[in-house]
Amino acid sequence: MIASIAPRALSVFERNVFVYRRQWLMIATGFFEPLFFLLGIGFGVGGVIGTLPYNGVEVPYAAFVAPALLASAAMNGAIFDSTFNVFYKLKYARVYDAILATPVSVGDLAVGELLWSNLRGVIYAVAFLIVMFAFGLVASPLALLTPFAVIFIGFAFGAAGFALTTHLRSWKDFDFIFIILTPLFLFSATFYPVEIYPGALRYVVELSPLTRGTHLIRSLCFGDLNLLMLVDIGFLALIGLLGYRHAVSRLGKLLLK
Amino acid sequence: MNLSTSNATALIRARGLTKTFGSRTAVDAINFDVRDGEFFGFLGPNGAGKTTTMRMIAGVSPRTAGTLEILGSDPDTDGPRIRGQLGVVHQQETLDQELTVRENLLIFGRFFGIERKEIAERADQLLELFQLSDRAKDQVEPLSGGMKRRLSIARSLINAPRVLMLDEPTTGLDPQARHLLWDALQRLKRSGTTIVLTTHYMDEAEQLCDRLVVMDQAKIVAEGSPRQLIEEHASREVLELRFPEGTSRISKETLDGIGDRYERLAERVIIGCENGEAAHARALEHGLTPESWLVRRSSLEDVFLRLTGRSLDE
Repeated sequence: MIASIAPRALSVFERNVFVYRRQWLMIATGFFEPLFFLLGIGFGVGGVIGTLPYNGVEVPYAAFVAPALLASAAMNGAIFDSTFNVFYKLKYARVYDAILATPVSVGDLAVGELLWSNLRGVIYAVAFLIVMFAFGLVASPLALLTPFAVIFIGFAFGAAGFALTTHLRSWKDFDFIFIILTPLFLFSATFYPVEIYPGALRYVVELSPLTRGTHLIRSLCFGDLNLLMLVDIGFLALIGLLGYRHAVSRLGKLLLK
Repeated sequence: MNLSTSNATALIRARGLTKTFGSRTAVDAINFDVRDGEFFGFLGPNGAGKTTTMRMIAGVSPRTAGTLEILGSDPDTDGPRIRGQLGVVHQQETLDQELTVRENLLIFGRFFGIERKEIAERADQLLELFQLSDRAKDQVEPLSGGMKRRLSIARSLINAPRVLMLDEPTTGLDPQARHLLWDALQRLKRSGTTIVLTTHYMDEAEQLCDRLVVMDQAKIVAEGSPRQLIEEHASREVLELRFPEGTSRISKETLDGIGDRYERLAERVIIGCENGEAAHARALEHGLTPESWLVRRSSLEDVFLRLTGRSLDE
C-alpha cells in the first residue's frame, strides 16, 4: 500500500519544488528571524544575564536560548507552509481541485504537502545549527542529530497547521494563527527554564508542543540524553498523527462533495 | 427512457444515478450511456445537475444512489485507476498560477505517475497542438482567456486519457476563441478520444455532439442526436414575433392555428410551423401586429423550449 501511495505523495511534493526553484529567496527570509532573536535576546539580553544553571551546570544564556530558537525555526518553517500556502492552494488557486482530478487522493495530497512543509522546517534547522556552530554555542556532538529530531516538530506543527487551515474561511482568520503562535513561541520554555512556572501552570506549559520540541533539541545540543526525550517524540508524533487525520477528513469534506 | 445502446461499447454507464445535498436533489435518478469514441453532451441551463454529474463521473463526488460504471469500474472503489484514464477540464480555471505554461503540463504528468522524459515529449507535442509553444516559458496569468482554456485542455490530455471531460468549455470566451476551441475538439475526437461535455449553449451542442441528453431540474428530459431531437421535438421552421410591449394581452384564440404549436415568452411569441412565411401571413390575418418578425430553422433551443416551457437564458 505504501509503495503505491508514496509516488503520488512525492509528485505533490515535487510540485512545490517546481514552484520554489524560482522563489528560493522566499525560503531564505525565514532563516533570519531566529538569527535576529539569537543576536538580540541570546547575546543582547544574555550580556546582562550572563549564565544560567542548566542540569546543575552554569551555561551561557545564548547557548541556552539557541536550541529553543532552532526548535521554533523548525516550527515556523512547517507552520507557515501548511497554513498560508495551503490556504492559497485550497481556497484561491484551486490547485487541489486540479490535483484531485488525477489519481492523487486527499491522503496523498496531505502527505506530499506535509513532506514539503517538514523539509522547510529542516532547512531552517540546519541553517541555524550552522550559525550555532559558528558562534560556538554547541556543547555536544549529539547536536548533529537535531536535523532529524526537528522532523517530529515539523510533523506536529505542519499537520496541526494544515488541520487548522481547513477551518479558516478568509485571510482575516489568520489572526487566530498568530494569536496561537506568539504565546507559544514566548512561553514554551524558550527564553527561560520551564521550572520558573508556579504550580499547575508549569504542567500546562509542559504540554505545549513547542516545550516538548525545545526540550528535545536542547537535550541533544547539551548532550544530555534522557528518557523524557521519548515522551517528547511520542507527544509530537501523536499531535502530528491527529492533525494529519483531521486534515485528510476535512479535505475530503471540502473537496469531494 | 429508451436506451438504444449496446452495453458492450459503453465507456460510461449510469443507471438511476442520484445525488442529493441535504434536502436538495441535484441529480435525480438519471440513466445514460457514453459510447467509445463519441462526442457526448449534457445540455441544460445552469443548475440542471450537469456539473454534479460530471463530478460523479470524475470520481470526486460520491453518488447518493444508483450505479455508475466508468471504463468497467466503480468510481467509489476504483477512483485512482479511473481518474488515471480521464482528462478533466473544470468550468472554473484551475491552472497552477505559480508555475509556467510548460511546467503546468510537466507537473500534471507527474500526478499521473508518468516518467519525466515521456512527459516532456508529450508536453511539447501538446503545446504545439494547442498553439502555445511560443508561450511555454511564460507565467499563466497574462494569458488570454482562450489561451488559458486551451492550456487547461492541453494539460488534461497529458495522460493520453480515454475520456476527456469538459465542463462548460467555452463559457466566457469570445466567438473567435470559441471556434478555435471547437476545431481543436473536433480534431481530438477524430483521433479517437471520447469526449463528454456540458454546455448551456445550444449551438455548441449542435456543432459538436454526436449524441446528447437534455437535462432540466436534475432530470434527463430527452436523449438523442441533435438532428433526432429537433425532428422529434420541434417543427421544421420557427416564426418569431416580437412584441416590446409584452405578450400577456394576446389571447390564446388569436395564437391558435397560426402554426403547429407556440410558446409565449415575455416579449416574444415563438411559433413552430412547416412554413414560416405562410405562418407569418396567417398571424397578420389573426390581427397580430408584431414590431418585428423573423423565420429560421428549428434548433435545439426550440427543443429545450418545447420540453421545459422555458427559454435557456431565463
